[in-house]
Amino acid sequence: MAFELVDILPALPELILALVALGLVLVAAFGGEGAANARRVAHITMFGIALAALTLWSSAPVQNTAFGGMFRADAFADYMKTLVLLGSFAAIFMSITPLARDDINKPEFSLLVLLAVVGMMLMISANDLMSLYMAVELQSLPLYVVAAMRTNSLRSSEAGLKYFLLGALSSGMLLYGASLVYGFAGTTSFAGIAAAVAEAQLPVAFIIGMVFMLTGIAFKVSAAPFHMWTPDVYEGSPSPVTALFAIAPKVAAIALLLRLTYGAFGSIALEWSQVIVALSIASMVVGALGAIMQTEIKRMMAYSSIAHMGYALAGLAAGSKEGAFGVLIYMTGYVFMGAGSFAIILLMRRDGQSATRISDLRGLSKTQPMFALGLMVMMFSMAGIPPLAGFFGKWYVFLAAVNAGLVPLAVVGVVMSVIGAFYYLRIIKIMYFDDSDAPLDQDVPLANKLVLGVSMAVITLFFAGLGSLIDAANVAAMALMAPF
Amino acid sequence: MIDNWPILSIITFMPLAGVLFLLLIRGDNETVAQNARNVALWVSAFTFLVSLVILIGFDNAVTGYQFEEQRVWLGDTGISYHMGVDGISMPFVLLSTFLTPLAILASWRSITSRVREYMIAFLVLETMMVGMFVSLDMLMFYLFFEAVLIPMFLIIGIWGGPRRVYAAFKFFLYTLLGSVLMLVCMLAMYIDAGSTDIPLLTTHEFAAGMQTWLFLGFLASFAVKVPMWPVHTWLPDAHVEAPTAGSMILAGVLLKMGGYGFLRFSLPMFPMASEFFAPLIFVLSVIAVIYTSLVALAQSDMKKMIAYSSVAHMGFVTIGIFSLTEQGIAGAMFQMISHGLVSAALFFCVGVVYDRLHTRDISAYGGVTAVMPRYAVFFMFMMLASVGLPGTSGFVGEMLVLVGAWQANTWLALFTATGLVLGATYMLWLYRRVMFGQVVSAEVQAMEPMQPRELGIFVPLTILVLVFGVYPMALLDVMDVSIQFILDDLAAGGVSLLAAR
Repeated sequence: MAFELVDILPALPELILALVALGLVLVAAFGGEGAANARRVAHITMFGIALAALTLWSSAPVQNTAFGGMFRADAFADYMKTLVLLGSFAAIFMSITPLARDDINKPEFSLLVLLAVVGMMLMISANDLMSLYMAVELQSLPLYVVAAMRTNSLRSSEAGLKYFLLGALSSGMLLYGASLVYGFAGTTSFAGIAAAVAEAQLPVAFIIGMVFMLTGIAFKVSAAPFHMWTPDVYEGSPSPVTALFAIAPKVAAIALLLRLTYGAFGSIALEWSQVIVALSIASMVVGALGAIMQTEIKRMMAYSSIAHMGYALAGLAAGSKEGAFGVLIYMTGYVFMGAGSFAIILLMRRDGQSATRISDLRGLSKTQPMFALGLMVMMFSMAGIPPLAGFFGKWYVFLAAVNAGLVPLAVVGVVMSVIGAFYYLRIIKIMYFDDSDAPLDQDVPLANKLVLGVSMAVITLFFAGLGSLIDAANVAAMALMAPF
Repeated sequence: MIDNWPILSIITFMPLAGVLFLLLIRGDNETVAQNARNVALWVSAFTFLVSLVILIGFDNAVTGYQFEEQRVWLGDTGISYHMGVDGISMPFVLLSTFLTPLAILASWRSITSRVREYMIAFLVLETMMVGMFVSLDMLMFYLFFEAVLIPMFLIIGIWGGPRRVYAAFKFFLYTLLGSVLMLVCMLAMYIDAGSTDIPLLTTHEFAAGMQTWLFLGFLASFAVKVPMWPVHTWLPDAHVEAPTAGSMILAGVLLKMGGYGFLRFSLPMFPMASEFFAPLIFVLSVIAVIYTSLVALAQSDMKKMIAYSSVAHMGFVTIGIFSLTEQGIAGAMFQMISHGLVSAALFFCVGVVYDRLHTRDISAYGGVTAVMPRYAVFFMFMMLASVGLPGTSGFVGEMLVLVGAWQANTWLALFTATGLVLGATYMLWLYRRVMFGQVVSAEVQAMEPMQPRELGIFVPLTILVLVFGVYPMALLDVMDVSIQFILDDLAAGGVSLLAAR
């Protein structure tokens, strides 16, 4: 098979990012130590991401494959990649000043994040067990390193190590499951697996393999009961890193799960949907109950993200086009809610030190009214109160769940969302009903203001743009369901 | 020309335009506060004037919805931007736009901190209330219905009394829990009917078994809102802690959302389940009427007493609605409007003396009549209206509900009538303890007489209560066709109506 340039063109955005990353290795190595170089690398990274996004949007989404069928480009991939690029762009944008203030002047940070972004993009386009595993590893390895970025902090090292150990375990499970699936299907391509499961009787070994694979990805999604690492890693990592973890990797992992379940295992939805239902319920319960007792806002956000993944999985469990559609809408809101919330968490500093206890927000509505308003909007949206974005996500995932006959799942979900509302309200209470004892630092970087402003606008006006968003999500969901 | 204007959208979103103005105000604290008060008052007063257009243009003889607007919202998914009013919702729209400027006026002096935010919360609240009553799409209805929680949570939590945090959380979570169960039912209805359009859902026939579940889901939400016994416990807390204006709107409009929901959704969409569950509603309502009246008797806090009396009065409303008779439903509607005016006035009565003495404890008062004679007149009038004195609007509503209840079940009417007696007992006793007798303390003696601003709030309320009491047809004519429509719909849905027997 002769190599032709046309074969790799559908992966152009990924290629651009990879090339920028390679170039940045040189810049990072020879650009000198210190804040200036770190800033330069961050700016080039943002430029690279913007370039990749423009490339992505410049061509109409057509179903196409590259690298001999291992890579799939379609409307679904474009939709999810847009979210990943937005999320990681915001995370890097907001990280520049806080990292400099914390004296983490490492140019490698942005570089590693960029490599992880390439991994996430490849995860979304994975069309083969081989590319799936490679993409997952490419995404994970840089993130292990950035979690431990604050080398003088024990907690940060602990976070990195914990993340690495559990991540390695989950990769092992994924790999083991993949080998069993390969053993049954005789091929690693999703198309081949889909054809094989549609025809033959399913042996127990295949089911075990499938469950192992789902488990491995559930680790990456941080769905309960595979969530244990999440609160510790969120808390221990430097805040800008947490902001990164909370947004883009979740989108990529959910996209990968959709690819695998709707693509490779599309015809046996009954088999995997029970697993997803169990994961979904467990995540919603653990997320809602676990967050109540937290005093550290990053730990609370960790539990909150576990709960959000539970809601997204509720849509996925439906196994229908509506389900995929619901997940897409949900993740769209999730990216902006996450970016907006972390824009404020990143500015929680007092006397130059990071102050991320929930009680540090006390009286924020008096000292910094606009930020308090912003965080309030984010919290109400996460609680799923209309007319904000979070509500519409819940509306569509539960619509799919009820439509698929999963009414008990929907009832558990909405009841858990009420319990969840309690801890989101608690943040609002602390900001608005309590008085401040020591105000937070007033010096807020422009990046946070911009990200917060955009997120607030998107979340409050979500209902107005929903008409066009559902068209895009519909096309994407249809592309996901389309045969190979 | 005016027929082509999207008048309902204008009324709904005009307060939000006021919010933009409020955000633009600059200056020192005192200037901002005073300007915020003025802007909020003018915007809400202007909204009320515009809403009079619907009153004037409303045709009592038309079945179905008027001033309808329908636009594309979510493509061809059966969810659209759809607004309209009929005889059921039109009075509530006017009630909302009427009470909001009065509530803003009532907080003129009593709210001194974060005035701008307070006024923003009230204007947002007005948009949500009006939007909920004019929505003809179930999803839109739910958006407004739930979004009301956000400003109310903040109003109670920021400007409330000492236990405001507890009350705000209880209010929010209680209501939310009920609403999310309704949400699941709405999803099921949307899937079954393929649309969230309310007029379309009204004609859609849901299977009998499904109706049962849907009814229970909606009941979970509306029962909390009304509130019905035993899910009423959030109400006394919320009322006691809320600022005066918050209580006025809460009792005046928010409690009516439940009753409105029953009339808009439960009866027309689940007729069989409504008939089946009517006895359950009767039992709960009778308990509400008698039990909460007794509880009201035992209160030492004025606001708490009026809050409990609200639960009892709303018990009348649910009895009237589920008597499934013309008189009962008309009485329930009348009672809701009347209670909206009277309870708002009563909470303001408490607010007037609270502003002066800073306590709501009944025992701290006594002999107020001697100090504030004009106030005594208004308080007495509203107290008697609450009791149901003929000539006031309270009488008409309770009378019609009793007639409806009598047709449904004689015992029901008997127990319901007990509530009237108990209501008279606690209200008269309250009035005697607060207003009559010797002036109990120097503080009471020093209370300043009513200000023109306070008079300006009492007078319009009094006039309306009197007008509806003397000439009830003003309101009954508006609702008549729509109530008839609900009854026809019930009959078509397989309910054997009492009137037909």
